[in-house]
Amino acid sequence: MKAVRALRRYPVLLALCLAALFMIVPFLIVAVNAVKSPAEYSRSGPLSLPDGLYLDGLKDFWERVDYSRKLLNSVLISGSVAVGAVVLSVLNAYAIGIGRIRGRTWVLAFFVLANMLPQESLVYPVYYLSKQAGLYDTRLSVIIVFTVIQAAFGTYLLSSVLSRFPREIIEAARIDGAGPWQVLWRIVVPVSRPTLGVLLVFFFIWTWNEFLLPLVMLISNDNQTVSVALGVLQGQRLMDATMTNAAALLGVLPALVFFLVFQRTLTRGIAVGAVK
Amino acid sequence: MTVTAARGGRVTGKQDGAVHPRRSRDSYALFLLPGVLAFLAVVVVPFLMNTGVSLTDWQGVGSPEFSGLANYRRLMDDAEFWESFRHSLFMVVAMAALPTAVGLVLAAALFDHVGKHFGDRTATVLRACFYLPQVLPVAVAGIVWSWILAPDDGSLNELLQAVGLGSWRQDWLGDPDLALYSVMGVMVWVQLGFPLVVFMAGLERVDPQLYEAAELDGAGWWRRFLHVTLPQIRPEIYVVLTWCTIAALKVFGAVYVLTKGGPGGATNVPSYFSFTTFFEKTQVGYGAAISTVLTVIILALSLVGLRLQTRAEDAEEGHRT
Repeated sequence: MKAVRALRRYPVLLALCLAALFMIVPFLIVAVNAVKSPAEYSRSGPLSLPDGLYLDGLKDFWERVDYSRKLLNSVLISGSVAVGAVVLSVLNAYAIGIGRIRGRTWVLAFFVLANMLPQESLVYPVYYLSKQAGLYDTRLSVIIVFTVIQAAFGTYLLSSVLSRFPREIIEAARIDGAGPWQVLWRIVVPVSRPTLGVLLVFFFIWTWNEFLLPLVMLISNDNQTVSVALGVLQGQRLMDATMTNAAALLGVLPALVFFLVFQRTLTRGIAVGAVK
Repeated sequence: MTVTAARGGRVTGKQDGAVHPRRSRDSYALFLLPGVLAFLAVVVVPFLMNTGVSLTDWQGVGSPEFSGLANYRRLMDDAEFWESFRHSLFMVVAMAALPTAVGLVLAAALFDHVGKHFGDRTATVLRACFYLPQVLPVAVAGIVWSWILAPDDGSLNELLQAVGLGSWRQDWLGDPDLALYSVMGVMVWVQLGFPLVVFMAGLERVDPQLYEAAELDGAGWWRRFLHVTLPQIRPEIYVVLTWCTIAALKVFGAVYVLTKGGPGGATNVPSYFSFTTFFEKTQVGYGAAISTVLTVIILALSLVGLRLQTRAEDAEEGHRT
């Protein structure tokens, strides 16, 4: 009986492993084909293993789209947004969660609703206003917009975290003569560092993956992010199969790096973020 | 930055504190100032502008001409618009309903079965595989899949050929009857990891004794799933359904990269429709009306979702006491 039971465990595991394999197969075949030469690709198709490492496809693509530049833009934009949005979220959440300002429920509802707004209903005015302000096609415009949009979510999440902040610590600091600024930077921020770290990672990756607004706002080659550059190239369908795979692999790699580095933060954070 | 922070602290520190509780409460409102100002500039003003523009006839240059509800009346009769919304419902199935259902079963299997019999490590590795597509920029996911689904030498067609199902070869993204289903398939792949991770985290706070009690009562895996797992993580289910439904209504990048709404509008969705109306047809007033309708639907759904979620949480708290 026990042996039968033990045997019955394996089909489920096997099914799950097959399903998991199905999820990662696209990554594998992209990686395999990105290192094939065009001749090898046309001879043996997408499913064969490569004969050797052919890196010219990757190199050609890298140079053709000036990929270093795109990476730099993405890092710059996502990094600035992540830091800016965390600072803005902390300030907002400090007033709402710890300061308990009057009308905080309404303020919070306002931020939540703003977070739910589809970007489609902001995109044209943002495009128009940034043109008026001379910010169109600058990385700064995208940084400003996403800092505010991400901070809406950060405010929502952090407010509930900070409203459960132990009051005694704050009271004690007050009695020692600390003002609100000092309480914020010396006590609240250091104590909430883990949550802020999660937010930082999330804001970075979310901004990295954004497509619609950067597509509209960053039209010149020099300002484009990785996502936009790849998406636009794909839309034009100018690339051959090897080039497409090189592009896909170079797009996947940074995401893969974030994933491996931040796996824990991501999976834990997404649950925290979703439920509170 | 730190200097001003410290200085600001010292100045206000003298003014408030325990002596003037009311005053100290107000001084916190200052912290909200940058956030609120930035919000007005980036979200509120553009949103109001968009709503205003939706009541006008405007090509993006020159001055907008007030036209009342004409754009909305035009929407009512626009078959392309209704078609795009119909496609949204398909996206809700692909991005919310299916991933939630499959994610529930997978999460329960990983947590209750794999985790218990094969160790947490195995469960974590499997979970990571399912979550991986979630970290990919959707534009990159689009490139990967449009290559896999390519008509001539796409991997899927080659694979079918290789296993002797050559007659099943299709132009997955180019056939108007198939394209929407192909996009749906890609979106399930993209989306599945999110509910899975949320549900697994939710299951971790479920009291293990509930499972043990159910097992002692002779409940099999399926009954435990129905009577322990499902009711226990109901709040998570509502959250996931709300979030994913909203994401489905907003889907843009995948459609842009995979099909550009084609072939012949077969995969057009409201957000892509408003995008082309804004920037390709430059009918800004009409595009604004489309995005306003989309916004109203999304906000209404968000409110319903939040409501269900709080109710589920209240109900759960009621159970505990």
